[in-house]
Amino acid sequence: MALTDQARAPAPQPGSGFGVFSRVPGAWWATGFILLLMPLVAGNFWLFQVFGWSFCLGIIALSLMFLAGYGGMVSLVQMTVAVLAGYVVAILGNSGVEQISVGLSWWLYVPLAILIATGFATLVGALAVRTEGIYTIMITLAIASAFFYFTRQNYGIFNGYSGFNLVVPPRLFGVDWRQPTAFYYLSLGGAAVCYAAVVYVSRSPFGLALQGVRDNPRRMASLGFNVTAHRIAAYAFAGVVAAIGGILLVWQTSQVAPYSGGIAAVIDILIIAVVGGIRRPIGAFVGAFIFVLLSTFSPDVLSAFGLSNERFKLVIGVGFLVVVFFSPDGALGLWERWRARRRSAVDPLTGKAVAGGGP
Amino acid sequence: MSAAAGGISAADRLGSVTTGSALELRGVTKLFGALAAISDVTMTVAPGERRAVLGSNGAGKTTLFNCVTGDFLPTSGAIRLFGEDVTRFPAHERIRRGLRRTYQISLLFGGLSVADNVYLACRGVNRNRFSLLRPRPSDPLLTRAEELIEAVHLTQARARLVSELSYGQQRQLEIALALAGAPRLILFDEPAAGLSPTERAELVAILGNLPPHVGFIIIEHDMDVALRVATKVTMLHNGRVFKEGTPAEIEDDPEVQELYLGDGTHGHG
Repeated sequence: MALTDQARAPAPQPGSGFGVFSRVPGAWWATGFILLLMPLVAGNFWLFQVFGWSFCLGIIALSLMFLAGYGGMVSLVQMTVAVLAGYVVAILGNSGVEQISVGLSWWLYVPLAILIATGFATLVGALAVRTEGIYTIMITLAIASAFFYFTRQNYGIFNGYSGFNLVVPPRLFGVDWRQPTAFYYLSLGGAAVCYAAVVYVSRSPFGLALQGVRDNPRRMASLGFNVTAHRIAAYAFAGVVAAIGGILLVWQTSQVAPYSGGIAAVIDILIIAVVGGIRRPIGAFVGAFIFVLLSTFSPDVLSAFGLSNERFKLVIGVGFLVVVFFSPDGALGLWERWRARRRSAVDPLTGKAVAGGGP
Repeated sequence: MSAAAGGISAADRLGSVTTGSALELRGVTKLFGALAAISDVTMTVAPGERRAVLGSNGAGKTTLFNCVTGDFLPTSGAIRLFGEDVTRFPAHERIRRGLRRTYQISLLFGGLSVADNVYLACRGVNRNRFSLLRPRPSDPLLTRAEELIEAVHLTQARARLVSELSYGQQRQLEIALALAGAPRLILFDEPAAGLSPTERAELVAILGNLPPHVGFIIIEHDMDVALRVATKVTMLHNGRVFKEGTPAEIEDDPEVQELYLGDGTHGHG
């Protein structure tokens, strides 16, 4: 399993910033190569439970990163949008709850799920963009918890407390897409497409204008931009990304229930985005990978120390605190500072070696 | 020729364009609680006119600008821009009609480069603001942005983040943003504040070189700059229009000298 540790590869840096993607840095080719060949070395558990899950959560966190990092809007409703997409897949497609599920084919329910979830995200955006800062957080949190209680109490459509189980991806091209290797590639593909789309759009007129709105909404209006419309459109775009993540997530866990979109899950997405580094699209995936590793393995570590493995949230909480305390830019920020320090320590080798290794 | 009706209507339209005013304020009042920042301001600015607005601190100059651009809605009164009543229009709709402004304290996009800032300004008054496709290298707006960057002497700094620019460079960039698109009336809010004498001379040159159809209103404490670039001056005092006239008339007015210039010469020693 030593090789699987190389899997931390999603961490490499996008050079010095967004932009200039005409020349893709070598580190990106290496990362892509490693990720593509991962199934040769990694076991099923790693492929499905660690990477598959990381990619799903990463996509949802990416939608938050887009809103918060480029638009300056911290929306806590992204997990809810994803879960709604998951519900639509379960309701319109197939699930273990046969009296509710309609059983449409995948090419109908997948676009419908994205469409409905995006519509919902746009509606939430239209409500939330009239507020700033903490009030945006409160309004989206209120909507998220309203959705949670609604799904828990509604049995006609959302099947109440128990939700839906046995929601699996369609069998396509003779492949069972829930097999670990197949799902690994499916979620990797989804993550790559969403990541590329976000990076591309960040340099488009729409993305640039969104960053302008983040830096200075008043000035954007005095340049002729309709700031409100731009913010709502950002929610819609982020809604598409979150919906894709939500569909993959429901296929990964094979179930969707009110607690999938509960307050804890909503906060997890915020933690993932912040821990990874909310200024860069790649941060969402770094954060998701760290989160998945912690929640997968910290129960084992805790019980090895004789502590209750229920306490794994404590480990995540402490980790969150440490990252936010030492680096507001998340894990990416830590990594960058470490690299900068190493470079400056190595660069003037003769000069700085004195400081490092005595006179 | 033969289509007389068409000819007349075209002539009418032309007439209304040439005789109309660029900006017309009628009885504009803005209250902040009980405080009247500006009260009953009435003024008309002709197309292509260069107007200076003078007044001591708190006279309501910037509030006047904010009402014109739509940053605030006036409490009462009417604002007409190129003949159209824009009193209740949001800011971006007024900008799309040819109005521009710069801010006293630079309001720029610190997280973006100089080129991106200017490109955004060009994009803001054109279509496809929501385009998800990146601009092609042949995009005319990119060319236009480069021209503007050159016009304000920022070519060297085009790729730098705005937050890294010097104060003077940020002021220059402010002007570039205001010149984007097809401006017809620009509001300059103290463009010379904090600039060195050399930079001031450069600013006067930039303002003097604006095409004749582009009018502007300038708020400026530096009388040297204000009276050199303006053809007409409006003095505000306590939120009201106090005097209006040519720079020479204003300079020679004894009341104005007592109120403003007198203090100014005294202050300068």
